[in-house]
Amino acid sequence: MNRFNSYREEALQKWDSQMVHSEIPVIYLGTASCGIAAGALDVLGTIQQTLTELGQPARIVQVGCIGPCYLEPIMDIAMPGGPRVSYTNVTPQKAKRILQANLTEGDLAPKMAKGHFGDEAFSSKTGIPKFFDLPMLKPQVRVILKNCGFIDPEDGDHYLAQDGYAGFLKVLEAGPQYALEALKESGLRGRGGAGFPAFKKWELARSAAGEQKYVVCNADEGDPGAFMNRALIESDPHAVLEGLLIAGYTVGASQGIIYVRAEYPLAVKRLRKAIGQMRSYGLLGDDILGSGFSFDINIKEGAGAFVCGEETALIASLEGKRGMPRPRPPFPSDSGYNGCPTLINNTETFGTVPAIMRNGGEWYQQFGVPGNYGTKTFSLVGKVKHTGLIEVPLGTSLRQVVEEVGGGTELPFKAVQTGGPLGGCLGASQLDTPITYEAMRDQGSIMGSGGLIVMDESTCIVDMARYFIGFALRESCGNCTPCRIGTRVLIDRLEKIIRGEGEPHDLEVMRKAADTMVKTSLCGLGQAASNPVTSSLNFFAAEYESHVHDHYCQAGVCKGLFQYVILAERCNGCGLCVKVCPANAIAGKLRETHTLDANLCTQCHACVEVCTKQAILSLPLSAEQDHLLLSEALQ
Amino acid sequence: MTILFTPELAEDLIDLTIFSRQPHQLIPILQYCQSQNGYISRETVRQIADYLGVSEAHVYGVASFYTQFRFERPGDHQVRICLGTACHVQGGEILSEEIQKIIGIRPGEISQDQKFEFHEVACLGCCAQAPVVEVDGRIYGKVTRRKLQKVLRDHESI
Repeated sequence: MNRFNSYREEALQKWDSQMVHSEIPVIYLGTASCGIAAGALDVLGTIQQTLTELGQPARIVQVGCIGPCYLEPIMDIAMPGGPRVSYTNVTPQKAKRILQANLTEGDLAPKMAKGHFGDEAFSSKTGIPKFFDLPMLKPQVRVILKNCGFIDPEDGDHYLAQDGYAGFLKVLEAGPQYALEALKESGLRGRGGAGFPAFKKWELARSAAGEQKYVVCNADEGDPGAFMNRALIESDPHAVLEGLLIAGYTVGASQGIIYVRAEYPLAVKRLRKAIGQMRSYGLLGDDILGSGFSFDINIKEGAGAFVCGEETALIASLEGKRGMPRPRPPFPSDSGYNGCPTLINNTETFGTVPAIMRNGGEWYQQFGVPGNYGTKTFSLVGKVKHTGLIEVPLGTSLRQVVEEVGGGTELPFKAVQTGGPLGGCLGASQLDTPITYEAMRDQGSIMGSGGLIVMDESTCIVDMARYFIGFALRESCGNCTPCRIGTRVLIDRLEKIIRGEGEPHDLEVMRKAADTMVKTSLCGLGQAASNPVTSSLNFFAAEYESHVHDHYCQAGVCKGLFQYVILAERCNGCGLCVKVCPANAIAGKLRETHTLDANLCTQCHACVEVCTKQAILSLPLSAEQDHLLLSEALQ
Repeated sequence: MTILFTPELAEDLIDLTIFSRQPHQLIPILQYCQSQNGYISRETVRQIADYLGVSEAHVYGVASFYTQFRFERPGDHQVRICLGTACHVQGGEILSEEIQKIIGIRPGEISQDQKFEFHEVACLGCCAQAPVVEVDGRIYGKVTRRKLQKVLRDHESI
């Protein structure tokens, strides 16, 4: 214990001297996968080169994801004695200019700065707003993401300096009963999406008979369109590991396993590094900190199967088998990995545990609403202006998330898809739904693990349903008939509708198939796979009918069910569409209205992408290009 | 999907003794073999079956269940387009068609000169940067047709 305290002292001193009161400038760069995808590594190269050229010492700290991914790459500079200032959408050229201004001219380049992390006085002095006052960040709170974007995820000392492992020490001191009570009081529910009270799962695993027990962290984030777990692990791996350690101690397990997607190589690398650091701090192994508790953590890489997010399938995969679910009971808390009692929680659930243990269950109740306490992270993506990783208190309305945090959509809003491929689409009339497990379910969707995909009028609901069912079809393990055949029935009908061959009868067939799947499938995948179809049939019936009756896809997605027409009132004759059209279907001189030959058009969408005036419309095939119809379509 | 076992040579021999002979090691072993050889050959399946004392059918049954494992020699450059939900909404499928046009192969295929291999994948987890394309392990965000052509050209010339 004494030795651990000295590690902590050292970490605090290091944090203070290198980060808080650094004598040289500190340059922060977000290099989680999303930052890298936006080009952060090129910026990193430029920073290093510029520092060499300027002959200036500075400390480069690679941090994780701070949230607003649409602003990536994000580079921050904290000059000695000054606050950290954020520069966003940084290119190598821009990075060089900002560095030169800051380091050689003492100029903050406030025009290029997006926000800062200092006080009000700094705002009034420089005119730069506080970073957390940006419209996207203001409604958010940071419990799970507290450290993300602030610490170097590969430096364990940074985590220690942020009260790291204080939650574990408290549980060691106060005993497993304290952990269970804190968890119960906090009201934390499973963040994988089902919302089962976390303390009940822990209690069951603790009271289960058995010498050998396991705790498993489900980081097999398979939902397409969701990246909360990846971002959390890449930005703050120790938080998840501490949660796992606390769980191990509380339920009496000696082995922890993290089941992480192989598609997340950076997350795997950072976990490995963090586990090594835990070992050197004496937080893993035999007799941890002299408590008599022995525990170790292994990483298992998933091999790519969505169904392995289901807990019994995940266990089968851990055991080296095909990842197929089995009926429950027995529940994993009685008979899980290798037949031993096993506690399985989602990454985010574990990531929340340390804060609850440090601050107590009551503290956690200040966030959220009764029955749904706490915060939840979401990946807010799709057609919103501000995409990224967000954290809001439960009970926040979808409207606030889409319109305030997300900044709304460019084209009119159509729907938000929640809960991943097994969730549902909620339309404009449902935007005032508070985000709670129950309210989302009552509206015909689910909370799910946290993907929020926003769609506008350029998204076709029928095509989205086909997309999700296609996913479920490929990922169905084939074990039970309703899921295997049901997804096939659904996709056949959806594809028929998309081809323009749909009949009213098809919608009935889909409803029936969906009903059968819900009632008779073996596991959660099959029971929920039809959700995207049912919810969209319920709330977007008109769009299905327009496909079936009028053979018209207003969104301009389903090829052959619309024609592109250039609206003379909007076309400014810029020539961009003429240039990109691979079929030479668009003609027109510069600054004169262009025309589009529907017979040559391959509907490749290239012209719509480049048109800045939204002058290219998707109209029904039967429509004449007369003025009246066009203005009608505009409304 | 047709699964082709490439005829293999003794050079495939892999040191499996770094793993314990327990059935739950099967997936880590498969992952290790693939990381060494780039794919799982028939010979590899046989070796693993021998080592763990299970049937070849069992090894192949598990391997073919997971999308990660492949049974053909990979192409020189791996092009993967993300078709996760966010990328789908942002036009990933249009980009996929564009890639097929540029490199002349369909998803799941390897070009005849072994230069390119192309796959559509479920989600790369960079949804806020959609649409996303990954070439040889490097992820590119907010890809447009224009950027795509440049990226593919750059990788081809490496």
